[in-house]
Amino acid sequence: MNTATHYDVAIIGAGMSGLAAGIRLAHFGKKVCIFERHNAVGGLNGFYSIAGRKYDVGLHAMTNFVRPGVKGSPLGKLLRQLRIDRDEFALCEQKRSRVAFGPHGETSLTFTNDFAVFEAEIAAKFPAQIDGFRRLVALVKIYDDVSLAAQPESARMIVRRHVTDPLLEDMLFCPVMYYGSATERDMEFGQFVIMFKALFLEGFARPFDGVRVILRVLLEKYRQAGGERRMKCGVQRIITREGRASSLLLDDGSEVIATHVISTIGASETEALMQAERRQDAAVHPAGRLSYCETITVLDRQPAALGWGDDTIVFFNDSAKFTYAASEAQVDTRSGVICMPNNFDFGAGRELPEGLFRCTCLAGYDRWAHLPEAAYRSDKARWYAEIQRSAQRFLPPLPSPDALTRATVATDMFTPRTITKFTGHAGGAIYGSPVKIRDGRTALTNLYLAGTDQGFLGIVGAMLSGISMANFHILQARSPAQT
Amino acid sequence: MTKDETKKLVLEIIADIAPDEDISNLKGDVRLRDQMQLDSMDFLDIVMELRKRHNIEVPEADYMELATLDSCAAYLAPKFAALGK
Repeated sequence: MNTATHYDVAIIGAGMSGLAAGIRLAHFGKKVCIFERHNAVGGLNGFYSIAGRKYDVGLHAMTNFVRPGVKGSPLGKLLRQLRIDRDEFALCEQKRSRVAFGPHGETSLTFTNDFAVFEAEIAAKFPAQIDGFRRLVALVKIYDDVSLAAQPESARMIVRRHVTDPLLEDMLFCPVMYYGSATERDMEFGQFVIMFKALFLEGFARPFDGVRVILRVLLEKYRQAGGERRMKCGVQRIITREGRASSLLLDDGSEVIATHVISTIGASETEALMQAERRQDAAVHPAGRLSYCETITVLDRQPAALGWGDDTIVFFNDSAKFTYAASEAQVDTRSGVICMPNNFDFGAGRELPEGLFRCTCLAGYDRWAHLPEAAYRSDKARWYAEIQRSAQRFLPPLPSPDALTRATVATDMFTPRTITKFTGHAGGAIYGSPVKIRDGRTALTNLYLAGTDQGFLGIVGAMLSGISMANFHILQARSPAQT
Repeated sequence: MTKDETKKLVLEIIADIAPDEDISNLKGDVRLRDQMQLDSMDFLDIVMELRKRHNIEVPEADYMELATLDSCAAYLAPKFAALGK
């Protein structure tokens, strides 16, 4: 049998953006195939099993949550475009989250899915700043964050025009940066607006069973629409001819031809596929530098039973300044994010069967990438303890010093190396390159980017990225001048 | 096919692409955009669903003909008729 097949569209990568693009295209009659190197879907937002336990890879919380009836939201747009009924995701809202700054979180701002809570916290803790904060929020609300033609501006500069207390400024940037910024220290204002809306004006939610519920819905829609996928079958080369992607050389050595190609694997990673010799360093597009370690601790009880309250997410920083930059050390434990997935409101009497305590800190890819196996393992164990110790400073004290150890039934941890190994993202960069390509165009006329490096953020953003690139380049098929 | 039947098919499409909208009391002569939250992505979907379900092509220059239910019916009914429907 001839394995060389022709598709209208080939999609590289079965993450959120690839699946969403695939659903749109298959729904409207395109012959589509998704090629995925890994044996599981989800990419940066997948899940995996160890010893019968399922863990989410990346998802702390789905941002962009709005309640039914709220018009014009990214979530609403996504559900419509993919013909998903919101009940299929069965989203449960967060209880409450915090931004906690100071050596032991002395300054704390609580927020929920009700924005008034956050506003009242700022009015109470930063009374001199509340008018400026309200002006900033008004600006965020009217800003056109989906414009493909916006000029890049420094978010720090714009925020400072309204918020003059450096502590409050950092407390606003910390969550926004941790949940989506691919740039160090500052971000582009449009990206800040997207994240500010996603986190504070909209909110956090998750399905009871985590990200796999969302992936299951996407896979089912894709299958029903007639989309094909090939798992454990990555693309090893994009063969170019006359400025077009003429065919794709697959990992198994076969070739497929596609009229259009959507790559979701990242800009520099895609460029590397176009070169005769795969050299990441030769890519024109800069790879991201921001990577992370995350510890995952499974508990024999709910986190609240350790006296930790009902925080869903805690963004923390212990230092006078908040530094969001590539870590010089293996891990930068000064700041980070705690997630306790048990603390979503799953409904009366419904709770996750085990407790989960996840802590994320910035990590230096280079300090992990080339370690010999034994050193890698021992460094992981050492930093696991360091990260947990750091994070616990921002939670109420345990009833006894060994309470956490005694409650722990399993642990896992990912490092920058894990991210690159399973997702192929260069430098362990979860949020991709600092340079985003909003219109998805590449050097090849029939090859488009979607996903992380197109620049919509979060998992809702990832899915919208796939949708908009499929619409813009393939379904709509008209020149940008006409839009 | 009558204009009312044509409207019904358009409403079926809208119900599928925007299930969160109440379409029970839409006025025929008022722009759909003014009665519901429909953006350009949604209008693109109406066009594509017409093609997918009914083999009806709406060229981009004619998109404004889909502004109201009445104009949809006036514009689409002859197209359905041409297909023998």
